[in-house]
Order: sequence, then C-alpha cells, then structure tokens
Amino acid sequence: MPHDASNTSVSHSNASSLNVTVLVSVGRHPLTARTRRADQDARAVEMALMLTGASVSLLHAGQQDSDHEEAIRGYLGMGIDSVGLIEQSPQADVVPALAKALRESTPQLVLTGTRAETGEASGVTPYLLAEALGWPIITGLAAVEKIEQGTAVVLQALPRGKRRRLRIRLPAIATVDSSAPPARQSAFGPAKRGELAHQQAPSEIDEDLATWHIQPARKRPKRLKIVKSSSARDRFKAAAAKAGGGGGQTLNDVTPEQGAEAIFKLLKEEGVLR
Amino acid sequence: MLDALLPILLFSALLLAAIGAVRRVRLWRQGRPSRVPVFKGLMQVPRRYLVDLHHVVERDKYISHTHVATAGGFVLAALLAIIVHGFGLDSAILAWVLLAATTSMLVGSILVAKRRSPPPSRLSKGPWMRLPKSLMAFSVGMFVVTLPTAGILPEGVFQSGVGWFTALALAAVIMWGLGEMFFGMTWGGPMKHAFAGALHLAFHRRPERFSKRNGGEHRSTGLKPLALNDDHAKLGVEIPADFTWNQLLGFDACVQCGRCEAVCPAFAAGQPLNPKKLIQDMVVGMAGGSDANYAGSPYPGKPVGEHDGSPHGPIVGRDGGALVDAETLWSCTTCRACVEECPMMIEHVDAIVDMRRFLTLEHGNTPNKGAEVLDNLIATDNPGGFDPDSRLHWAADLNLPLMADKREADVLLWLGDGVFDMRNQRTLRAFISVLRAAGVDFAVLGNEERDSGDVARRLGDEATFQTLARRNINTLSQYRFARIVTCDPHSFHVLKNEYADLGTADMPARYDVFHHSTYLNQLLEDDKLMLKAWKGGSVTYHDPCYLGRYNGEYEAPRSVLKALGIEIKEMARSGYRSRCCGGGGGAPITDIPGKQRIPDMRMEDVRETGADLVAVGCPQCTAMLEGVVEPRADIKDIAELVADALIIKTPDEKAAQSKPASAAPRTVEEVTP
Ligand code: SF4
Ligand code: SF4
Repeated sequence: MPHDASNTSVSHSNASSLNVTVLVSVGRHPLTARTRRADQDARAVEMALMLTGASVSLLHAGQQDSDHEEAIRGYLGMGIDSVGLIEQSPQADVVPALAKALRESTPQLVLTGTRAETGEASGVTPYLLAEALGWPIITGLAAVEKIEQGTAVVLQALPRGKRRRLRIRLPAIATVDSSAPPARQSAFGPAKRGELAHQQAPSEIDEDLATWHIQPARKRPKRLKIVKSSSARDRFKAAAAKAGGGGGQTLNDVTPEQGAEAIFKLLKEEGVLR
Repeated sequence: MLDALLPILLFSALLLAAIGAVRRVRLWRQGRPSRVPVFKGLMQVPRRYLVDLHHVVERDKYISHTHVATAGGFVLAALLAIIVHGFGLDSAILAWVLLAATTSMLVGSILVAKRRSPPPSRLSKGPWMRLPKSLMAFSVGMFVVTLPTAGILPEGVFQSGVGWFTALALAAVIMWGLGEMFFGMTWGGPMKHAFAGALHLAFHRRPERFSKRNGGEHRSTGLKPLALNDDHAKLGVEIPADFTWNQLLGFDACVQCGRCEAVCPAFAAGQPLNPKKLIQDMVVGMAGGSDANYAGSPYPGKPVGEHDGSPHGPIVGRDGGALVDAETLWSCTTCRACVEECPMMIEHVDAIVDMRRFLTLEHGNTPNKGAEVLDNLIATDNPGGFDPDSRLHWAADLNLPLMADKREADVLLWLGDGVFDMRNQRTLRAFISVLRAAGVDFAVLGNEERDSGDVARRLGDEATFQTLARRNINTLSQYRFARIVTCDPHSFHVLKNEYADLGTADMPARYDVFHHSTYLNQLLEDDKLMLKAWKGGSVTYHDPCYLGRYNGEYEAPRSVLKALGIEIKEMARSGYRSRCCGGGGGAPITDIPGKQRIPDMRMEDVRETGADLVAVGCPQCTAMLEGVVEPRADIKDIAELVADALIIKTPDEKAAQSKPASAAPRTVEEVTP
C-alpha cells in the first residue's frame, strides 16, 4: 500500500488510520412497533461518519430474518458499503460474540446507542463489552473533538444541556443518546445495494434469560403532589416542577474507591443488592 | 451566375443541415433507451402539430397567427425553392406559389419583429433577437430571385451590369437566410425548435396526451413508475444521459418562449426556479458546456454563468456547484402550469421528479422536513407520524360504516390524511352529512387506509410510494364497491391515474374515482339533494392543480356552486391557468425560501375579484390559503358550502316524494284483458 508519510501532520499521524466500529441493532418504532434502524444507533453511525479520516465499519449481532435485514439495511442507506452480521440465535447473549469480533478487528473507537429498542433494552451491553475488553467506557457522547496519539477529546452530554469535556484513552467504547446530532436520511438505493457480510459465530445461550418472565412494560403511574395553596401561582409551580428526588447527596473530589463505596452503600440501602 | 450559384448554396446548406441533424440525433441518443413506434409516430406529426400543438399556441392569438404565416410560408417556400431553384424547374406557376409563400413568411417575420420590440421579459434575447431579421433575409432573398422565374422581371436580369452587383448582394442575403434556416436548424440555432420539435411530437414519451381522430380523453398526467427490482440500476436521474433519449429530444425542442416562466408560481414567488431555464440547462448538460450563453431570465437570485455540466457529469453535485442547484428542483410545486402552457409539449414535471428521485433515493438528501416526513410515512403510513390506529378518532361520534364490517358499499369514501388535521375534519364532516342526506350507501376503510403515497412520490421517494400504493391496492382488493369518492384531489389523482401501473393481473388497480365535487354535482343532477338559496356574499373559486390541470375537472365544482345559487367571480387566473396555492409536490415540506409566499400571491388574486369567500376543493389549498394573514376572504370547501345549504327532509317527506319517482321507471305494466 503506497504510503505518503511526508505530508501527514504529526498531530494527525494516526487520524488517517482511525478505525471506528459502530454497533448497530434492530430498532422498533414506538408507535407502530415496525422494525427500523434504532434512533440512537443511527446517531452513533452519524457521529462516526462525521469523524474526518475515520474508516467506519458497522457490526450487528442478532437473528437473521427479512424484517431484521431491512432494519439493518437502514444503516447502509446512510452511505456505508457493508455491515458485518454475526448470526446469533434468539436466546443468545451477544456480548461474547461481539467482544470476540471487536478483539479481532481492533478498532480504536467503538460507538453505539445507549440502549437498544428491542430485546432486553437494559443498556448494559456496552458496559459488559467494556468489561470484557478491559476498555474505558463513556456515556452520552455529544461530540468527538479531537483524536490524537491514542487519546480522544470528547464532549459528554449531561442533563439539561450541560456538556463536559473529557479526555479518554483509546481504544474505548462510547455510547450515544438523543443529545447527539440526529442521523442523516437513509437512502433507498445504497441501502438496497449495501453488502451484508455474514460472519459465523457460536451462540452462547443466555441461561438466565430463559428463566426470566418478560411482559410488556406499563407506564408507571406518577404520584401527584397535591399542593394545597390558595395562590394559583404556587399550584402551577408545583404542577410544573420537575419531580425532584428529594434526598441524595453530591460527592465532589472523591477517589473512585470512595465513590464506589457510596454507590455500593446506596444500592444496599435500596435493597438492590443483598 | 445566380442560376449556377443557387443550387450550390441550397444543396450545400441542405448537406450541412443533414450533417448537423446526425450530430444532434447522436446527442439525444446518449439518453437511456425508450421504445417508440417510429413510423407511426412520424405519421402522427401533422395531426399532433395542427391540432394539439396549435391548440396551445392559439391561446395567444397574435403569436398563433404569426406562427402560421411564418412557419407555413417557410415550409412551403423551402420545398418550392428546392424544386424551382435547386433542380431548376422552370415553372411559372410554382414560382408564383413560391412568391406567395415568401410573402406570407415576410409578413410573419415582420410580426415576429414587432413582438420583439422590445421583447417581453419572458422571451429570450441573444441569438433570438436576430431571428426576425434572418427570417426576412430568407423570405426577401427568395422572393427577389424568384421574380424572373415568375416572369415579372425579364430572364437574365441578374446577368449583367448593375444586375451583377444585385446578384452578389442577393446571394449574400440568401446565404444568411439559408444559414439560419437550414444550417442553424440542426446546429443549435433558434430554428432548432422546428427540427427537434417535429421529432419530439413524433416520439413523445407520453403519446396518450395527444388527441385522436375519434375523440376520447387525451390526458396523461400520472408519473411513470420507476423499476426498483434491479439491484444494480441507478435510481432516478443523476446525469443528463440518465434521461431517456426522447426526454432529451424534448428538452431540445424548447423555443424559449417563456410561457412556462410566466405561469410558474415558484418563479413568481422569487424561489430559485425558472422552468424555461431548467429546460435550457438540460440542453446545456446534454451538449456539454456552461450556461453563460443563456439569454433569458435566470433562476431568481442565481446569476447566469456560474454553472456548467456535461452529458456524463452530475446535474446536482453533492456539494452543489454542478449544472443545477438542488433548491431549484425542490422549489417546484408540481402544479403542471408549465406543462399546460408549453407549446412544445415538454414535460417539466417528469424531469424534475426524475432528478428528485435520484436525490432522495441515492443521495438521501431530501431537504428540510423531507426526511422526517418520509420516515413517518414508512413507519406510520401518514406524513405527520400519528398513530395509524387513531385515524378515525375525529369521527368517534359519527358512527361511520366500516368496509371491514360491510364488505361492500356503493361508495368507498377515501378520507385521506386530512383526518389528522382539525380544519379538514370539518370538511369531512360536512361531506359526510351531505352523503347521509342524499342517502348514499358508503363506507370508509378506517384504520386500514394509508397515505396514498402522493407526497412520497413527488418528493422522489418512489420506493415508499410503491410500498404504500401496493398495500392500499391490497386492502382495496378485499372489498366490493362501485366507486371511490374522495375530498382530496391528490389522493384522487394518485388512485385514478397512478395506481393502475402497480396493479397485477389478479389484483388490478383500476378504479372509478370521483372527486367530491364531481360526485356532489352528480347527486345534484339526480335530485338527491335539496338546497337553500345562497345568501352569503360574493364567491370566487380556486381550481386545485390536481383536480384541474391533472384531471381536467373544471366544470363540476362550478356547477355545484351554480346549483347553490352562487355566481362565481372568476379570478384572472382560473381554470387551466389557475395559479397553484403552493401546497403541492411536497413544496411546504421542502420549504425553499423565496421573496414572497405562493399562497399570499393567490390570495391577492382572490382579493382582486373582490370576493368575500373563496370556494376550494382540496385540503392542501384550504390549509395554504387559510395560512394567509387576515384581512382576507374566507375559505370554505365546496362540501361545507353544500352542507350549510342542505334542507334535510324528514323521512315521511322523503317517502312521499319517492313514490312517484319509483313509479316512473316501471316500463312493463299489467294490462287487464
Ligand atoms: S419549456 Fe416550453 S413553455 Fe417553456 S420556454 Fe420552452 S417551449 Fe416555451
Ligand atoms: S410545475 Fe409549477 S412550480 Fe413546477 S416548474 Fe412547472 S410551473 Fe413551476
């Protein structure tokens, strides 16, 4: 491969070979439940496409049927030639297969949506992957500002429009939520022509999943705070106020161990951990 | 000398013209294949020219007379000149006819010159300004050289003395005339329109739009379907050579008369579109080069000379800067005013949608709300992204009969996406009350109905259109009904003219479709409705493009209004010349900015009539016109006007009335012996 090193600037010395993998899943429209490209995953693809000089590859692990294929083709319509498909049985845990594929393809950056729109949709997959690969993970990625010498400077979205600038070591996993820029239109022609690169991988059956009882989620009723006040202004303020959590504490300038300790304590108190 | 020179001049001009013709034909043949009946097409040219083309030209009496005199004179003069001067046939009779033909041509060219001094802004300048002079050169030159043959001047008058110089000057004039008329015709001069135009008439992509000797409807307005099943074919038009060859031929036929420009609502609103320039840009692309030589009005806000193209170069660059900017294509409301006015029968809307198809299906670049609307159509079957199971929520109190329950009905009422719009729900309610008053047996599809696909198709998303259409066809095939009636001209057009192409042998998609105004008119004619006399103020009527120009229905709405006792104050632009409300073709979705808004201009037309109310027949028009700020005329759908004027009969009144009526059709009576 011809390589012209003379005019590549130092700070971008690895930009041209920046490999980004986006993990994409099958989405589900909230009103009609039709399969589609998942909104957050599509935003992750958009972010990858906007990185200058990055070579973007897509990876999907899941079942294979025509509905799914059409949804996955939705990502190809954004202007990508092919997507890697790791075939998995419906009961499989996709983390081992994904981790193996990522270990082999060695991307510097893995992008994906915060949570899937189908299946468990627990949002844990990126964490499990990060754990399996031993990579750092960052959530709520809003923008990638700079990538150089094995680190990335990124903006992380915090609630209510706040942004935090972070420097992370690569390779890393980053998740994207709805605060990232919206995905571009998916065009029919490229979607139809794009290649689905099938990869075989053994399905590791998720034993726990089989024992779970799954039912459609119901909207939880929200308790109304009755404010007895004669002033309309007070009542309106109470009605419009964001349901605050009340208690809790903010920890500043603590070591990771202290933070973990505090979280651990809270989870015990709430009965999540026993 | 002239006797020897004339044949040489004539035949070399003809030879050069023939070479030019071959070159021109090769330019057209760069396009995609399109099968046409060659011989049959050529045989049709005279009729298509004399009847169909002339029908359009005649809307401007002045130019129609001018064209008859000039073109008729020229064709005759050219043929006779070849016989008399080319082959030297010494016939005084032919010479006299030739004199008459050139005189006619001269009169015509004087009229052309008069029209062009000064030229109205819609006409192109540049080489077109010399055309009247060239016409005069040809006619005067031919006239004078024919004088000796006709015996008016003595034979040999050009052979000696002063005659020599006259002959020399004459030869020069004739050379000029021949150059323009024969050589220019195929080498890209203004006379090209005659050559390309005649062949365009012969090989038109929509032969159905020409009248036939035995009458019948001749309209062809549905878009042509795009084949989506070929995995490798490029979808839509990216480069000029992606048009079919007869489309390219059509572009080449343009006479730059600017009639399309004069009626284009987007051009008038200052949006960056001028249908004439667009066609000329396609010619530039087909031949290769820049648009710098274009001598007419530019796209508003876009100077001429900054764009160029080639037959195999992109028309719209991904980052702009090719032959045409994307905004130009997205400004069009697909109102068809340009096609209706074009004397050369050029199909602007087909071309625009072809190029939009590429932008949407291959680039994924539908501007503004386009992508969102298309996504909604894919996921929820309606452009607004509403829950498809909530289609009938507005009619919870109406107890509408559902096709799913009834299985058959006389009328299938197609509600359209207006069900999600509160304003249009009023229209639908009104129409349903009229149907009930008339005792019509109708049913709706309810949640089984989907968007007709109109907007998706005009936005270039042929894939979504075809999916929606096929699913609707599938639904419709399960029920029995005599006709479909709809209050939405867009659904009307698509169901009536565009679904048929997608039908299959076991699921044909040909329906008897009525716009509600046509159906109301029928109910009135059958005396099914009793109406109070109109007591409101003065009323004008706005023709929806998709009802009028697309489907030729100008009369029914007017006679419904007449039955209401309304005398319509017509707008200057009404009927086939109606100005678009700005709501078609997805234009409100792509929303390309201009200097003013199209609906504002339309309400200005309304204001000029002094009418207090404008009657409409389309949910889009209602929405667009009602969006104009007050003070303005009120906007009411024809269905609402009829519903307001209804006299509802009580059941026994009805029974009393229907007795004599039921007695009438009895044709066999019992006869006692
Ligand atoms: S496209 Fe038709 S109407 Fe427009 S300028 Fe050309 S010939 Fe005239
Ligand atoms: S269809 Fe209407 S808006 Fe489009 S170019 Fe023609 S006249 Fe203009």
